[in-house]
Amino acid sequence: MYTILKKEILNPTVTKMVIQAPNVAKRAKAGQFIILRVDEQGERIPLTIADADPETGEVSIIYQIVGKTTMALNQKQEGEALQDFVGPLGQPSEIEGERVCVIGGGVGCAIAYPTAKAFHHAGSEVSTIVGFRNQDLVILEDEFKEVSDHYYLMSDDGSVGEKGLVTNKLEELIQNGVQFDKVIAIGPVIMMKFVCEVTKKYNIPTVVSMNPIMIDGTGMCGGCRLKVGDEIKFACVDGPDFDGHLVDFDEAMSRNRAYASFEKHERDEFCNLLNQEVH
Amino acid sequence: MPNMSPKKVEMPVQEPEVRIQNFEEVAIGYTPEMAKEEAERCLHCAHKPCVQGCPVNVNIPDFIQQVKEGDLEEAYRIISLTSSLPAVCGRVCPQESQCEKYCVRGIKTEAVAIGRLERFVADTHRKENDAPLERPISNGHKVAVVGAGPAGLTAAGDLAKMGYEVTVFEALHVAGGVLMYGIPEFRLPKEIVQAEIKHLEELGVDIVTNFVVGRSDTIDSLIDDGFEAIFIGSGAGLPNFMNMPGENLKGVYSANEFLTRINLMKAYVPGSPTPIQNPKRTVVIGGGNVAMDAARCARRLGSEVHIVYRRSLEELPARKEEVEHAMEEGIIFDLLCNPVQVIGDEEGWVKQVECVRMELGEPDASGRRRPIEIANSNFLIDADCMIMAIGTSPNPLIRHTTQGLEVNRRGCLIVDDQEMTSREGIYAGGDAVTGAATVISAMGAGKKGAQSIDAYIKARSNS
Repeated sequence: MYTILKKEILNPTVTKMVIQAPNVAKRAKAGQFIILRVDEQGERIPLTIADADPETGEVSIIYQIVGKTTMALNQKQEGEALQDFVGPLGQPSEIEGERVCVIGGGVGCAIAYPTAKAFHHAGSEVSTIVGFRNQDLVILEDEFKEVSDHYYLMSDDGSVGEKGLVTNKLEELIQNGVQFDKVIAIGPVIMMKFVCEVTKKYNIPTVVSMNPIMIDGTGMCGGCRLKVGDEIKFACVDGPDFDGHLVDFDEAMSRNRAYASFEKHERDEFCNLLNQEVH
Repeated sequence: MPNMSPKKVEMPVQEPEVRIQNFEEVAIGYTPEMAKEEAERCLHCAHKPCVQGCPVNVNIPDFIQQVKEGDLEEAYRIISLTSSLPAVCGRVCPQESQCEKYCVRGIKTEAVAIGRLERFVADTHRKENDAPLERPISNGHKVAVVGAGPAGLTAAGDLAKMGYEVTVFEALHVAGGVLMYGIPEFRLPKEIVQAEIKHLEELGVDIVTNFVVGRSDTIDSLIDDGFEAIFIGSGAGLPNFMNMPGENLKGVYSANEFLTRINLMKAYVPGSPTPIQNPKRTVVIGGGNVAMDAARCARRLGSEVHIVYRRSLEELPARKEEVEHAMEEGIIFDLLCNPVQVIGDEEGWVKQVECVRMELGEPDASGRRRPIEIANSNFLIDADCMIMAIGTSPNPLIRHTTQGLEVNRRGCLIVDDQEMTSREGIYAGGDAVTGAATVISAMGAGKKGAQSIDAYIKARSNS
């Protein structure tokens, strides 16, 4: 069992948890993820490692409450424990580039943050563009500012930062002559797709962190497979980071919806049970 | 006077129309009377050919003698001397190509039902006298086992019996490997697997789940942590695909994914948080035991099921008994066919599988007649689900994170006749070495690996 040391509400639907998991903390690097099960009957879900300390054995995860399992996870309180917590899984992100732009969308910012931090510590000049639907959903603002040379906050409705999409800001910066060695986009698949459309025009190498459906997370089932260029890749072992200009985003979005009706049913049942609303 | 009946005593089974409605075990098992009657068929040969056919060399005539005499505890003790998982082996071993193949009774009539008797003995023991095993005295030496499948568990059990302090590292949240995620409940109840694993823990084997060797830690850091030898039993769990158009459509599964969702995650149980599609028409590609398991699981989810296999009935690699069970359950065999592409609907789901008919040519290197496509014989099978069961390869994680481990071109670890890899003190066995094979051959390799590790550590500590 893996004890929850700390639970922090970051916004109405996003929560941070610090878990005692020395085996994961020992070797975790930016870009890697864990798989957890909340309880004995639970499903296995992947979540990115937001932070890890090999000294204390603590691992932070940040999750958005989107369905039955994340709701069940959110029911857990400090001092309680999770049934299973395995990792670090996947390839670490490649931290190379003198001038990089890290783009985070919504809860994807939880994954973008450790990446931005790793670039910052590696001495890169880091520009961060984060996007949220509105001001209530903004997370990790101070953390990002600390590791970014330039920080740009966008919101769909203009209630915080600048009104517009992350791609608007990216294109603006490029057109103003900022030369990025690399763009790293982490967020909803549709956002990563549009970021790649922008960077392809300007020929800027772009890495995306994919989030397909996973079961084991160790390469034994291929549930997380993606088309990357002419090849089939398993995101759990070959990724989750891939060359964004080669990923088949439309197929990835389609595959992510495979269990949408099942998930909706489960979520609605659980919502009624908890009398809770999910955004 | 032995029972000279030419046929094995029949094993009671659930009727096909009943069993396709549930995931409970198909074969119900012998009653004590049936077991005794079958045991009487054994001639008690002096040269015991059956024993050589068993990869872990269970002393078969001796345990059967005890079944005849009604001392089932003694029968269990005899089996346990050489086998760590008898209730599993009695169920999933292909006895027809192992112990029973060499049975003298099998020359003219049916062989003695050794597997059924082993299963009966182990089941009776578990139900009637499942006392905890006594923990052997430690010899102070530490050995790590990577992977809690049949090879690793057997190695761990044997080493623990010799007094080693054994730690097994398992990537999934539960030990058992393919016994838990691959072989379905209706062939091998998971409760039985866990009961056998509990015995290993009683022997002092420490099983660490949620630990991915190669990620959570490396082989080399395990050595730094004081493990004097390592046995790698990480299996061959990487699913193969055919790289044909449409293979990434929704509704296309590897058999590993489909079976893991069902067996490990219990996705068929109503209310399970792990989802599984409810297929109406399923096409399973392949003809091995995994294909039969996947097909029979899909049938139990209420689907019509086609097995598409590129050779003929004669070449089907699955056990005959599994093929018969599948046929009884109404699974349709589309033989001498091969898929060429998967056709999807506008939502990205499987709609049809396009196949081509095959004919058999001359025997190939494997000795089997090579299937050849018949030109312009393409046809469509309507389906909303397709399961790829065309084999698996060893997962590259360990070899990619361990210096100096030699592998062959199929990615299998290379070992010498003592099961030692190209690195001193690191042993390997099971599917990680052979590629996908059988449970019992993995157990045989685990047994041999344990003996070699024992010899290695003894030689080292004496020098």
